[in-house]
Amino acid sequence: MKSRNLLAVLAPLGAIAFSFAFISVILIAKGSNPIEVVKSMAEYGFASRNLVAELNIASTYYIAGVAAAIGFKMNLFNIGIDGQYRLAVFFAAVIGGMVSLPPVLHVALIIFVAMAVGGLWGALAGYLKVKRGISEVISTIMLNAIAAGIVAYLLQPQQLGEQATGSNNLNTPIIDSSGWLPTIPILGGEVHGFIIFSLLIGLAYWVLLNKSVFGFNLRATGFSFRAARAGGVNASRMILITMALSGAMAGLIGMGTLLSQTHSYSISFPSGFAFTGLALALLGRNHPVGIALAAFFWAFLDRSSGVLDLNGVPREIITIMQGTLILSIVVAYQLVKIVNKKQEQKFVGKATLPESNLVKTEGVVSK
Amino acid sequence: MSTIIDVQGIEKKYPGVIANYDVNLKIESGEIHAIIGENGAGKSTLMKILYGLVAPDSGRVLINGKKVSFKSPQDAMELGVGMVHQHFMLADNATVLENVILGSEPTSTGGVIQFEAARIKLLEIAEKYGLNVRPDQLVSELGIGERQRVEIAKVLYKGAKILILDEPTAVLVPQEVKALFENLKELTSHGLTIIFISHKLDEVLAMANSITVMRSGTTVASVEPKNTNKGELAKLMVGGELPKRGDTSTKPSDEPVLSLSHVSCLAPDQREILSDVSLTVHKGEILGIAGVAGNGQSELIETIMGLIKIDSGTITILNVDISALTSREIRDSGVGYIPQDRQRDGLLMMAPLWENRILGHQSTPPISNGFWVNKSAAKIDSERIVKELDVRTPSINVMAAALSGGNQQKFIVGREMSGDPNLLIASQPTRGVDVGAQSLIWNKLIEARLSGMAILLISSDLDELFNLSDRLAVISKGKIVAVLDPETTTPEQLGLAMTGEKI
Repeated sequence: MKSRNLLAVLAPLGAIAFSFAFISVILIAKGSNPIEVVKSMAEYGFASRNLVAELNIASTYYIAGVAAAIGFKMNLFNIGIDGQYRLAVFFAAVIGGMVSLPPVLHVALIIFVAMAVGGLWGALAGYLKVKRGISEVISTIMLNAIAAGIVAYLLQPQQLGEQATGSNNLNTPIIDSSGWLPTIPILGGEVHGFIIFSLLIGLAYWVLLNKSVFGFNLRATGFSFRAARAGGVNASRMILITMALSGAMAGLIGMGTLLSQTHSYSISFPSGFAFTGLALALLGRNHPVGIALAAFFWAFLDRSSGVLDLNGVPREIITIMQGTLILSIVVAYQLVKIVNKKQEQKFVGKATLPESNLVKTEGVVSK
Repeated sequence: MSTIIDVQGIEKKYPGVIANYDVNLKIESGEIHAIIGENGAGKSTLMKILYGLVAPDSGRVLINGKKVSFKSPQDAMELGVGMVHQHFMLADNATVLENVILGSEPTSTGGVIQFEAARIKLLEIAEKYGLNVRPDQLVSELGIGERQRVEIAKVLYKGAKILILDEPTAVLVPQEVKALFENLKELTSHGLTIIFISHKLDEVLAMANSITVMRSGTTVASVEPKNTNKGELAKLMVGGELPKRGDTSTKPSDEPVLSLSHVSCLAPDQREILSDVSLTVHKGEILGIAGVAGNGQSELIETIMGLIKIDSGTITILNVDISALTSREIRDSGVGYIPQDRQRDGLLMMAPLWENRILGHQSTPPISNGFWVNKSAAKIDSERIVKELDVRTPSINVMAAALSGGNQQKFIVGREMSGDPNLLIASQPTRGVDVGAQSLIWNKLIEARLSGMAILLISSDLDELFNLSDRLAVISKGKIVAVLDPETTTPEQLGLAMTGEKI
């Protein structure tokens, strides 16, 4: 089914083109030249120091995208990525800062803590869904607020945090260098060593989902809860596990920054990964390569939009473009789905002999 | 009395199916008219035509002597025909009054609902017809019988003169049934006409002024209760002659494969859904389960498949107790399962056929080694199924949704028989499939039986049950009420057993 693959590529490209056309209209109306805007963004965005920053942002986004994609495969909207990430990176930083261990072990412990905390926070939403029927959308939004509150409380100097004299910034104690992950020198910059883990995570995600029995059960439950159940899958448990897995993945979002850059958690850690992650999973069609491309594109837009203010164009125009892109991508994929189904039915219809028109249902006479 | 509804020669076809043909029915004003028949006899289609949900292809419906053609239930309501559904359509978190006026709210200019006027009208109706409803009570606080009264009040409020009740007693306990009948009598004493659908012969004989029997899409008889009896009605419902079995030359062995012993199962509300069920399926035997839908058939299957837990009794497969095993483990012990709803329970509709081959066999070779899925094995075996069961598809890579119903079903049958399970649970294996697919599936079941597979066949198609079964167990209200020999059973016996009568 070649046409299916072609459509899968055309849909995101079409959505990008549409969203670009949309902001072009706005730009022209405001008296800016869209071509010039793209030119200056490309120039700025492809400068090597910015490329390094984009790679670092992209690898962070990428994990958020994979975390969202795991949920999507099960028809779950994990809006809790934000809370899972924040709680996970906070506790990983706290525990990493408390212990001293040999280098590899120390990093492994930090990563383990992050995944465990994120996983448990995600599993909580899964538990509420399976046992109490609470939509994960609602519970994860609430859990985000709770997580933010917990972290803000524990970051107080009286609790687990520290405040440098003369600074407003609160942070956790700095982790010993044994708990640092080296950076990779590329293009004269420093790329987080965790980017390699990100790539491995993408690979593991794909293999697990597409090759393993576990992945089949997960996807089957996503396709049809009832059919999976009839097929011997403990579908409720799969929902719980999926939320835990998505949360564990979300727990890794802050690792690149923590292990290779800041070595402590502070209030200046970025937020808003839930929506970015969901957007990237949509854009990349839950495929690890698709998400990677989407993550880089997103990071590129984020970073290079910084130049726009200098040119007298508000950088928020890029936020509008990102929003438009998500809306149009959802529409585009829905269209692709419908077209594919129609095409396949036609294909099947053409290839099969006309069947007898006589159909029976129970007790109904055919004439 | 005068004829209020006159149905003449109604015919209704769905693509490839004739749901109603040559349906003739006369209903007198002010009577209680019962319509009885098995599942699929065409009762529901006829009712849908009467209350305006579907239009007949040919034939006429006269109301008070005038030909009508409804485009929607609202049209029917305008002429006084209202439907009381079996599954109540009430908003739980709204009051009785709000539910009653929903869709026909009396409003003043500006769109403000006149609750007071509505309340007075509802109370008048309740008073007049002896329907005990309290307008301000929340529906969520009501019991089943009370909800039903609200449904009745709702159609009366809208001005119904002819009420159609779809199996109104199916959900009620005996005292509620008694109360309902008193309500219905009260309604007819005010000149209203009641049409009620049932398959409970006792009720019909006790309540109705006249009875119309439907079978296989058509009306077969109209009788008056005083001129008939249960035996005759049962015979009319099931048909004059039962289909005969095909091949009976080989006998099943006496080695039990599936045994249920005193299995009982409670719903969350402590209602008994299976009650002391004991049955055995032997090697090389097809045990048919007959019964009116909703009498515990699906629960019976789900307990065997480990999807719902039993409260007492034991289930064994080849002498191994499986009562505590998970569904996965039960399948792995050699059980195939053809669910009755192929699209919802049998297939991943948006996944390709070969992935559907994996469903249910995630942990059995050659499809899997327990951890990894073997994609090429799944594809090879899908090709085999497509070939052996004549599944009409150009490729195993198309999504299941693209196939026709019969071909989907053939694929499921092939999948569930792969690996030669010890036990096959086949629920409505040929429901809604074309005749070609039906005979192919029947042949596959017969072949499997000959090769020693034990088959539990749940069906509401009597042809299917009589053609295939070595023995017939009849289920009613969660109990096995009879085990019959299809060779010697009369239609009367089967009909009575299915409606819960002792033989």
